[in-house]
Amino acid sequence: MSWTWIAAAAAACFALKLLGLLVPQRTLEHPAVSLTAEAVPVALLAALIAVQTFTAEQQIALDARVAGIAVAALCIWRKAPFLVTVVAAAAVTALLRWAGAAG
Amino acid sequence: MSESAETAESVGTPETTRGPATRLGRPALLRDALGIGLAVGAYGLSYGALAVSSGLTVAQTQFLSLLLYGGSSQLALVGALAAGSTGVTASATAVLLGARNLFYGVGLRPVLGLRGRQLLPAAHLLSDESAAMAIGRPDRATARYAYWATGGVVFLCWNLATLAGALAGSLMADPKAFGLDAASSAAFLALVAPRLGERANRMVFVLACGVAVGVSPLVGAGLPVVLAGLTALSVLLTPRARAALRTAPPAPGGAAAARPEDPDGTRHDGGTAEKDGAA
Repeated sequence: MSWTWIAAAAAACFALKLLGLLVPQRTLEHPAVSLTAEAVPVALLAALIAVQTFTAEQQIALDARVAGIAVAALCIWRKAPFLVTVVAAAAVTALLRWAGAAG
Repeated sequence: MSESAETAESVGTPETTRGPATRLGRPALLRDALGIGLAVGAYGLSYGALAVSSGLTVAQTQFLSLLLYGGSSQLALVGALAAGSTGVTASATAVLLGARNLFYGVGLRPVLGLRGRQLLPAAHLLSDESAAMAIGRPDRATARYAYWATGGVVFLCWNLATLAGALAGSLMADPKAFGLDAASSAAFLALVAPRLGERANRMVFVLACGVAVGVSPLVGAGLPVVLAGLTALSVLLTPRARAALRTAPPAPGGAAAARPEDPDGTRHDGGTAEKDGAA
């Protein structure tokens, strides 16, 4: 990834923070704006999870990653700490790949 | 940064969520800030390792931590890269996730009463954690102390953790052999989970997953995530939203400002002041 886009992303994110501290409050008060703003992170994260778990080379693919995310969901449901969740998902995926390669 | 109901939960800071009646001394505020900083460190380690495995250099990984400084934005950027996005779409994803800071800023402005020279550092230290710790304090002095203490501690912890994660990650020959691609999805799921208590968010989650996977074979890499982001607009069609759009504007700060309670009085998971993580 080029430094250009990294710098652009950093500048844009800083601008958003500063803008919030500067704009008059009324500008963002419309419920349509605030409701959408709350839903955007959910949509983006859901999309990232789906793409990373169920597609490979832009084609739909079911493999060891599906088991990994299932284990992560289980950990989150059981209120496991963040690091435990992430490590468990990685470990299950890695083990299945290793077993597949060995088998 | 990495958001989280979970962050506050794991460090057990009920004091930070009791709202305006709370009187907390500085030592207690600092202790809370340190607890949150340690929890944020966990996200930082994963981000650092994932960033180098998705093709960023250690310098680029750390540049983002120092200057972009937004946990979920950074994780999303490296996640998009790992999924094959170009630099443009990866950056766009990160910026879209950083958009909620705009709303935090609006909510914090009256709380902090910032003057000239404080604006730039205050803007830079803005995160889910610092916003949540400052909002709902009984007086301005407490709010300001909570903001700067949390902002400073979390910034330091995040940068140290991402550096450690990047250095450890760069020792790995084959990230896939360690299941790091699944680790990244697991991190996103942990970030978004606290928000799935609300029905509208569950609907958006399912829609976005479907759209992203559905359009993947049809469009270039990176675009599925951005297109799926548009499904967020579907919340405007829910009955609750339509009722809200018909009536008067909501309380100052907008719905995106971190508050202990929703307008309808429902508490979030764990009753923490934060809305997320992911965000």
